[in-house]
Amino acid sequence: MLKTMSPASPNTAAMIDFAGVTVQRAGTSIIDNVSLSLPAGSFVALTGASGAGKTTLLRLANAMVTPDAGRVSIDGADIAAADAARLRRGIGYASQGIGLFPHWTVAENIAAVPWLLRQDRATTAARVATLLDLVELPRSFADRFPRQLSGGQASRVGLARALAAAPRLLLLDEPFGALDPETRASLGDRLVALHCDQGLTTVMVTHDLADALLRAERVVVLDKGRVVGDGSPAAMVASTHPAVMALIASPIDQAQRLAALRGSGAQ
Amino acid sequence: MIIDARWSRAIAMLPARQAAHLGVSAAALALAIIVAVPLIMLMVARPRLRAPVLAAAAVVQTIPSLALLALFYPFLLLVGGLTQRLAGFGVPALGLLPSLLALALYALLPLVRGGIDGLASVPPETLDAADGIGMTRRQRLFHVELPLAAPIVVGGLRVAAVWTIGAATLATTVGQKSLGDLIFAGLQIEDWALVVTGCIAAALLAIIVDMALWRAETGLAERRWKKAALGGAMLVALVAGVVGWYWDGRAPAAAGRPVVVGAKSFGEQYILAELIAARLRAQGVPVVVRSGLGSAVAFRALAAGDIDVYVDYSGTLWDNALGMNTVVPRAQMLADLRRELPRRHKVVVAASLGFENAYALAMRRADADRLGIVSLADLAVRAPRLRLASDTEFQSRAEWQSLQAVYGLRFARMTAFTPTLMVRALTGGDADVITAFSSDGRIAADDLVLLTDPKGALPAYDALLLVGPRRPDLAARLQRLEGAIPVAAMREANWQVDRDADKQTPGQAAAWLARMIERTRKPPG
Repeated sequence: MLKTMSPASPNTAAMIDFAGVTVQRAGTSIIDNVSLSLPAGSFVALTGASGAGKTTLLRLANAMVTPDAGRVSIDGADIAAADAARLRRGIGYASQGIGLFPHWTVAENIAAVPWLLRQDRATTAARVATLLDLVELPRSFADRFPRQLSGGQASRVGLARALAAAPRLLLLDEPFGALDPETRASLGDRLVALHCDQGLTTVMVTHDLADALLRAERVVVLDKGRVVGDGSPAAMVASTHPAVMALIASPIDQAQRLAALRGSGAQ
Repeated sequence: MIIDARWSRAIAMLPARQAAHLGVSAAALALAIIVAVPLIMLMVARPRLRAPVLAAAAVVQTIPSLALLALFYPFLLLVGGLTQRLAGFGVPALGLLPSLLALALYALLPLVRGGIDGLASVPPETLDAADGIGMTRRQRLFHVELPLAAPIVVGGLRVAAVWTIGAATLATTVGQKSLGDLIFAGLQIEDWALVVTGCIAAALLAIIVDMALWRAETGLAERRWKKAALGGAMLVALVAGVVGWYWDGRAPAAAGRPVVVGAKSFGEQYILAELIAARLRAQGVPVVVRSGLGSAVAFRALAAGDIDVYVDYSGTLWDNALGMNTVVPRAQMLADLRRELPRRHKVVVAASLGFENAYALAMRRADADRLGIVSLADLAVRAPRLRLASDTEFQSRAEWQSLQAVYGLRFARMTAFTPTLMVRALTGGDADVITAFSSDGRIAADDLVLLTDPKGALPAYDALLLVGPRRPDLAARLQRLEGAIPVAAMREANWQVDRDADKQTPGQAAAWLARMIERTRKPPG
């Protein structure tokens, strides 16, 4: 099922297990008895229609959401037993809103987790410089404030912040959601390269199936809180589940209409 | 030159009041902050409490600040009585404490509101990120929420500071020294130099504090340390000025508490307080004057020992201190007061000064002569065709009820005015009869006639010198004032302070009055 992408240091990446996890809100199950095993070093895309439970499933992995039933474990240890703040410092997290701290500079934002972990300043400063290079931002950006950044630049800083303390697990919720296609493509490529170089397990929520199919090695499709599709991009394209087919139909339909438009313009 | 003297007198009063004003404002604000912080934390932890707490704070805000200050006085007397009985120590009910509590309560709403709104203004994705990267609740609060809420929180603080400094002028009415001393005294004796000086000083204080807070806050937010430091330095300098002044002022006062002479907030009271103070000083007694006391506050302050001596009027005491609402003959009222005040309140009537400041009706002399009106009974015949200009409270007072019942008095028209405008209405021909106080200086000056009261419908308002329980020795020291001030002399002294041309200060009028007293006393001595 897994395409091997051979991460640089496979031993450090984390393994996540969801075992019979249910999350209820106002009487309905927004995550309904989900069991899912994500091996170390995998790059998994969570996708599905709006309200399918993608974000909730992602946030279960760093205890931002606690399950009403079932258990979530990382490397075999139940995360419910861990201190939430300490657990999260070991997990890279970037959400759709990015949520850079507006009163902190780019450098301070990136250094947030090392600061929480009380790592020494010199090491952190060097780390900030390296991360700016990794996300392809000029080092001169270190002293800027978030309000001075474009959307794409802010997303890169958000990614750098998530990677700052060398996490073993990276959780991304529509990290490039609000960006133009070109910036999105460039950042997406950068992300895949980082995933391999840094030796990460990466879980990325995206509503864009094309994005999921083209970048991830494994795609999990959710519908009404249940897993309705789980496999390689190729397997997903071949799926006969109506919810998966509907998701796939939409970009294909779009591509066909674009092709037709080009045809009519040529005549 | 008169103008110059008035301004220089007003400015000479400033430093002490300015320092006291800033001191009580800063203390009230500090107290409000100490209460607001846990309240805000509580509401953040339990959002359900937000609505009731904010509603309660808003209700406090709707109470006029003057009333709020006045309400704290009886409340603290009650508390003081309880602590005296239970723990053996009293609580000062006049001066700093009620001012502090009322002003702090008043400042609470903008502070709490600023705190809550400020915290609510932090974007949810920022909070999510703070949690997601592994901040604890405390780290999130101190490193993310509070810094981001700061502009709105400080906005609330600035509103609270400006309000407090403004409302602190009202602390004068509960006996706290403040810039209100100038404003209240100036309003009562129509000395505009005092009023303007007090208002400008209070406004400047508010503006400076507001600016300092703004600089400190934006400096911090923009990381412009110089600007922040400048704002901080302005605040520190202000507070240091207050502390320094107090330090300076406190040292000689260590010799023991001086006698406190009280005065309610009108001209005659200011004059009499100065007269009493001068007399005591001449006998070597250290004295301070607390003027501008609310009418209801003054007697309780005396009984509680917060002030030691002041002048009140028999009809007022009959009602306020003895709780009587019947109209009795003058001599009986006086005898009852002399007997009951010591028994019920440990307050002694040291002297009856010899004049009345009673409610009366007055007419232009020419009208009274033409219509042949001398008494209220004469007036009752003519009144249905005459117009009355009254002060604002007359129509709701027992005196008016009594006049209607005893004389069957009815007017063609009745209009309420402020005292100054009321007299203008009469002299200008817009009214035929006005309500007046028998010792009012304008009666002689404007050639008015006070109508006699043959059926005794109006209660007596003899001016009585009262001495409180802390300094019973004062009664003997002031005994010589018994019957010493004829109503004509009091009217003239009041007129010296009230008039626009050649206006005298209460101190000057008191000195004149003292000379008059000595002159009339010479023949027997």
